[in-house]
Order: sequence, then structure tokens, then C-alpha cells
Amino acid sequence: MNHLDELEAESIYVLREAFAKLDRLAILWSLGKDSNVVLWLARKAFFGHVPFPVIHVDTGRKFPEMYAFRDRYAKEWGLRFIREECPPIEEVDPTLPPAARAAARKTLGLQNAIRKYGFRGLIAGIRRDEEALRAKERYFSPRGEDNSWNMKDQPPEFWNQYMTDFPPGTHVRVHPILHWTEVDIWRYTKREGIPVIDLYFSKDGKRYRSLGDMDITFPVPSTASTLDEIIAELEATRIPERAGRAMDHEAEDSFERLRAAGYM
Amino acid sequence: MTTEIRPLKIVIVGHVDHGKSTLVGRLLHDTGSLPEGKVEALRAMAERRGMPFEWAFVMDAIQAERDQGITIDTAQIRFRTARRPYVIIDAPGHKEFLRNMVTGAAASEAALLLVDALEGVQEQSRRHGYLLSLLGIRQVAVLVNKMDLVAFSADRFGRVAEELRAYLAGLGVEPVAFVPISAREGDNILAHSRRMSWYQGPSVIQVLDGFVPAPRPVDRPLRMPVQDVYKFDHRRIVAGRIESGRLRVGDEILFSPSNKTVRVKSIEMWNVSESPEEAVAGQSIGITLSEPIFVERGEIVSHLEQPPMETTVFRGRLFWLGEKPLEVGRSYTLKLATTEAQVTVEAIERVIDTSDLSSRPADRIERNGAGEVILRTRRLLAVDPHETNPATGRFVLVEDYRPVAGGIVSMDGYPDQRRLVTVRATNIHAVGHAVTREARHARNGHRGGVLWFTGLSGAGKSTLALALERELFARGYQVYVLDGDNIRSGLNADLGFGPEDRAENIRRVGEVAALFADAGFLAISAFISPYRADRERARRAAGEAFHEIYIHAPLEVCERRDPKGLYRKARNGEIPEFTGISSPYEPPEKPELVIPTHELSPEECLALLVRYVEDRFRL
Repeated sequence: MNHLDELEAESIYVLREAFAKLDRLAILWSLGKDSNVVLWLARKAFFGHVPFPVIHVDTGRKFPEMYAFRDRYAKEWGLRFIREECPPIEEVDPTLPPAARAAARKTLGLQNAIRKYGFRGLIAGIRRDEEALRAKERYFSPRGEDNSWNMKDQPPEFWNQYMTDFPPGTHVRVHPILHWTEVDIWRYTKREGIPVIDLYFSKDGKRYRSLGDMDITFPVPSTASTLDEIIAELEATRIPERAGRAMDHEAEDSFERLRAAGYM
Repeated sequence: MTTEIRPLKIVIVGHVDHGKSTLVGRLLHDTGSLPEGKVEALRAMAERRGMPFEWAFVMDAIQAERDQGITIDTAQIRFRTARRPYVIIDAPGHKEFLRNMVTGAAASEAALLLVDALEGVQEQSRRHGYLLSLLGIRQVAVLVNKMDLVAFSADRFGRVAEELRAYLAGLGVEPVAFVPISAREGDNILAHSRRMSWYQGPSVIQVLDGFVPAPRPVDRPLRMPVQDVYKFDHRRIVAGRIESGRLRVGDEILFSPSNKTVRVKSIEMWNVSESPEEAVAGQSIGITLSEPIFVERGEIVSHLEQPPMETTVFRGRLFWLGEKPLEVGRSYTLKLATTEAQVTVEAIERVIDTSDLSSRPADRIERNGAGEVILRTRRLLAVDPHETNPATGRFVLVEDYRPVAGGIVSMDGYPDQRRLVTVRATNIHAVGHAVTREARHARNGHRGGVLWFTGLSGAGKSTLALALERELFARGYQVYVLDGDNIRSGLNADLGFGPEDRAENIRRVGEVAALFADAGFLAISAFISPYRADRERARRAAGEAFHEIYIHAPLEVCERRDPKGLYRKARNGEIPEFTGISSPYEPPEKPELVIPTHELSPEECLALLVRYVEDRFRL
């Protein structure tokens, strides 16, 4: 077993634990490289099937390439696809800076989906290396009745024993690729032949390292136009992955506020 | 490609304020692992707030932490040396956050135990050392930090190192090195410090690069805890991760605790060019079986040789994180590999004082304490002594949804109970009259009851009754099947097959079943019992404990099956008044459960029955 095999085996274990222990489970599909890997891992874990719904919390502001990708693979992979539209921006806390406000809107959309379908488990493709707050996450991360993440009072998690029972009204976020890095994602994408949205490849000297809403995600300078070139670029860079995400830079604590309120 | 080397996972532990976060910040900086602009941004932030820059700011990227000045949770940070990449887990030193220290340390392959040269060995230095040994972290290095505050004194270093060496020796932990450092000033981190020329040992980076990655236990006996059984398509796949050993197609395997054997038909994986012939420790796989036996989550797959032990009692060496103390007589949910069971604390053998490793008897273990306890379950568990197979020899206890303890299994002095599951439940011992029903239920761990199977001949009553009996017995139930074989030959030997005798036959079975239920047993009766009136009488005898279960298959299906050739004889007129042919069958109007045996496989039927019983009779 090489490093990618070990990462994969751990993720499959987490996905199977979630499926075995959680009723009303769903997977959050943001259409980006990470959630595509999670979907792929689910197909591995369940031998070609994704035995629970796949939700896209849609802001309506994604790139056209992302929508085309979604529609194609939702069908090709036989997913039980659910599109949940976010509420209008006017319903979102106006004291947040613009990009954080857009992200908070997505959180509202997610909360609506949780309420509507009664989900008790949501699988999300976050990674510890993305960002200091996510570094503190658990594989199974309980959320309060109001959707909140209590970072200061997380349950212990060790020996592959996860918190799989929790009080009524609460739910759990499951993070099967928590231990992966950005370059792991690309190496695995290459090895497995997972389809990739073209926006990740360099065009006119720029590419997207991370994909979000069109108006708050920006390309970074890059000449990487193949998977190998992306991998080589990431091995050399010291610029953080979310540099192109506006909401991370608006205020020292904006990301923390978002996450405490239930953002991914 | 060198970059594909697996990162080594290390944890940094020690008493609060002994400099863990500072060391991490320093390691990241000195190895050139920080994102561009990170240190500059943090220096600017410190200046804005009018405070001196600290290396710990690199870690403490969170508002709450900066305000409180302590690391709250386990964070994971990556860096690399010339030799290989690392993931460092900075575990909090504050006593309140021991659960986070455990979370971090358990995931590690090696540990750096940090101790302040000025303050010396403190409460959490020892406690963390103790937990490292319990968590099975064998590679430990001790870093004596803040040497700048003791004027780089070799003498002071020697005293602190010796104290910790003696303590760790009591745990059987022998550190690979003791390194005097100053994380803040950068002494002995990357290279040797000129300010401590008396020290000739390795630097921190050299210590790290000397650690060995934890080997995957491919040469231990096979253990694959079953995570789930899938039937998404034509395949019935038993899924799990191989924790140790290796497994090949064609191997004869044993499921424990159910004690069933079968062969591996195939190893299943998705998106691979050809399905593998072998799988080894670490892999998450699925297997199909040569026969469709009923198995489920929680069982452990092994080979026939060197199977896990089976037991209802074991000794656990544990640490306690619960807010309420652990007490004798209390019950908790045990999680061991993929199995879950209710356990009761039968005894606390000793409580261990982690400050000096002394032990004393006690009736409770307080939060953040450690001790040895005897845990008892009602049903058989498959376990390994921790020293022979860690992955199936350690457990977590859960209370109020939260993990409250972690511990390791010792089987010293306890026998393997495997033989019990192969013996049929034929021993019924008499109990005194003063024993209440509740007391019987409490001892058995389940309520008594009557599972009254009814259905046509050939519907599957006897087959399912015997399979269910075997399965429930393995799960610790007091269970007994009443069928024609054991009733007609003795108790009802005086009865024939005329309508009156058949009614009397069912009446007696109903009464006997009710007695079994009252005695705390689950009685499974497997008689056609075609008349509603007879079944209603049986229901009255047992009261609320009576569960009518309709084992259903249409007549034409039963006739096609005809396992004993009775339908053929009946059609030929050789058997008069045969139910369904020449005598009526009155289907139940409101049965508690219907099992359509013509639509489900025997394993699926059995799974439904087992779930029904577990839901309704387990206490």
C-alpha cells in the first residue's frame, strides 16, 4: 500500500461507519475537486453505488462549467441528486462583509435542506490543511440544534471510534478526507481518472485553485494546465490554497464566525 | 517521487505553558514550512495589539485561543525535513482538555514530551507520559525546554531528565533521547547549539528523523471487523477493513462471536482492473462468501487458527474522561472495533495515581483518572488481549452520547468462552418462587416472551426457528425452540392427529411456552397452528409476552418446496386433513410480524427476526 492507498482506505472506513450508523445521511456536493473526490470515494466504499442522496446547495452563482459538470455526472454516476436553492441575500445578516455574507447565505440554504429532509448526517469534503480552523475538526463533528459547531467542546475521537449517537434535534458532519492535503487530492484525481472541471487548469496565465461563487472566487497566477503541472506547482508553492477566496481575508475572525454558525 | 512518502505523525505533549506551541512555530519556521507572509502577518498583528511576537501565534490562529492564551484543541500542522514530511499534532497541555490530548496522541506514531527546565516535571508531564504508554505510543523523546531560563545549565538539565526517566521507566517507556532545547531561541532545534557545547546528543530534527514509521501488522493473525453487509446489486458483500494479517480468496474464515465458518469466494473492490486475490492489513475491502450465511456488523473475521477470544467478561486498563465518575454497578455502551454492547462495571480493581504510579482500591474513578476495572457484558464479545492484537484489544466507553473512556483489554485469568456458542441451550435450572419477573429479566438482559411462529407446512417455520435460536443464543439470550420433535415425543405423546387432539396439542404448547416466558426465556414455537382460536388461546396464556409471527409463503410455493414430501402424499390422499389441501389454514389477522419467505432470502428473514427481537426484548 502506498500513501494514496492508505488515505483512501481511511476515508472508505469513515464513509462506511457513517452509512452503518447514521440514519438520513446525505453527501454535500459543492462540485469542486474535494467533493468530487469524496463522491468517488463513496463509490469505492459502496462498490459503485452512492446509497444516499447527494445535495448541491445552490447559490445560483456558480460558474457555468460547474453546472454543466454537475448535470452530466449526476446522471452518469446514477446519483440520487437533490438541488437545494439558497434563500435571497436579503435574508442574510447584513453586518457580515460581502463575501462572508454570501457564504452565510449558503449556510442558510444548507439549514433549510437539513430541516426539509431531516438529515442526521452530512458528509462534507473539508480538509485539515485548508485552513487553521478546519485543522481542529473531527471526522465525526457533532452540530447543535441550531446547526452550530462548538469548537471548544468537541468529543474525543481516537482508535477509529467516532461519535455516532447524538441527542435528538442535532446532527453530525462527517469529514472523510479530513486527513488529505491539496496535493493528495490532485494525485488521487490523476491516479483514479476522476473528471475535473477545466477552470482548475491555467488559461491566460491564471487558474482557479479553489472554486466557489463566481463573484467571490478569483483565479491565481499559474501556468499549470495539466494534472502533472498542478501537482508540480503545489509541491513548490507556499501560497495558501484559499488565497483566492475573498471571505477568508475580510476580517481576522470572519471564517471562525461562519464556521461556528454551521458553514462547512 | 520522494513527495509520496507517507508523512510521519508525531504528537507534542507536556504540561501547560511548557512551550509546545512555541516549539511547533519554531519547527515550522526553521524547516521553511510556513506559508509566505505568515510570520510577517503575525508580527504585524502582534504590533497592532501592542504585544511581543510569540512563535506560538503561528498555531494559535484562533481568536479564542489568543484571548485565553492556551491551546484548546488538537491542531494538525505539516512540515518537512530533508528526510521526510511530518504531520505534527499539537496537543493541549491544559488538564481540562485531556480529551483533546488523547485525540491527538492516539493518532500518532511517535511523541515529543516537552518539559520546562525551570519548572521541572509537573502533573501533566506525568499524566501525558502515562497516557502515551496506555495509548501504545512506544517511540518517545523528552525535550527539556526553556534552557535559556536556566542559563543552559547541564546540571539542571540532568536533574529534570533523570526525574522523568525514572517515571517513564515505571511505565516501561524508554525514551530514545533527552534533548535540552530553547524553542524560543532556536537552540538544538535544527542544529547543535553553541550555548550547550556540553550536550553531544541529537538535535530535535535529528530525533524526528530517527523515528521509525509504525509498521502495518500484516504478519499478525487475520482480523477484519465487519463494518456492514451490503446488497446493492446481485452481490452480497461483507465490508470491513483488515486490521491485521492477510486474507486470500478461497481462505476458510471464521466469524466471531457467532462462530460460523465459510470460504472467501471473492475480494471485491471498485475501479480496479482485476479483482484482487489477496488483501492485507490496512486495506478497506469487501468479500463475498461461498455460502449465504447470516452475519452482520460487529463480528470479527479471522482464520480458523488463531481466532480472537470470546468472552462476557474482561479486565480493562482505562483512562476516564467523563464528567461523572466511573462507578461500580454503572452501565456504559462499549465500542470495540465495530461492535457495540452494554457493559456493567463489575469491580474497580485499582485506581492509579498518575503522579507516582501508586495504586489503591476505590469505588470510583474521577475525571482524568486512570485505573483497572472488570467489565461484564450480557452477550459474547470477540476480543484480543491488547498485547497480541491492539486493534481488537482496545475499547471506548460511551455515556450520554459521548466517549468517556478509552482502555485496553487484558484477559489474564479469564478463559475463552468460545465452546459455549456451539452448545445448544438445553440446560434449564430451577429458580425459587420468590424471584420476581423483573429480577429474571435483569439477570438475562432481556425480557421473556413467546415468539409464536405460524404458517403452512414448508413455509420455513422450523428452519427459521432453529436458526433464530442459534443466533439469539450466541447473543446471550435464554432461548428455546418448541417444535413437534421435542413436544410430540414426550409431553404430547398421548395425542393423535384428529382435530381435537390437534387443538389440545396447541393448547399445551401455548401453556408450556407461557411458562418459559414467565421463567424469563424466549420460547419460539414452530407449529402450523392453523386455527385462530387456538392461537388466541395461546395468546391469552402468555399475555403481553405473546408475539404472533406469520411465517408466510403462498400455498403453491410451499407445495413446490415440499421438503418432507407431505404435500405430494396429501394430494394422493395418503394424509387426511392436511392443512392447506384438505383442511383450512386461517391466516393471522393482526400478526406482530410477517416474514414473507417467498420474497426474502433465509438470511434476510433471519435478519428481520433478529432485529425484531433485539428491538423488543433486549433491556
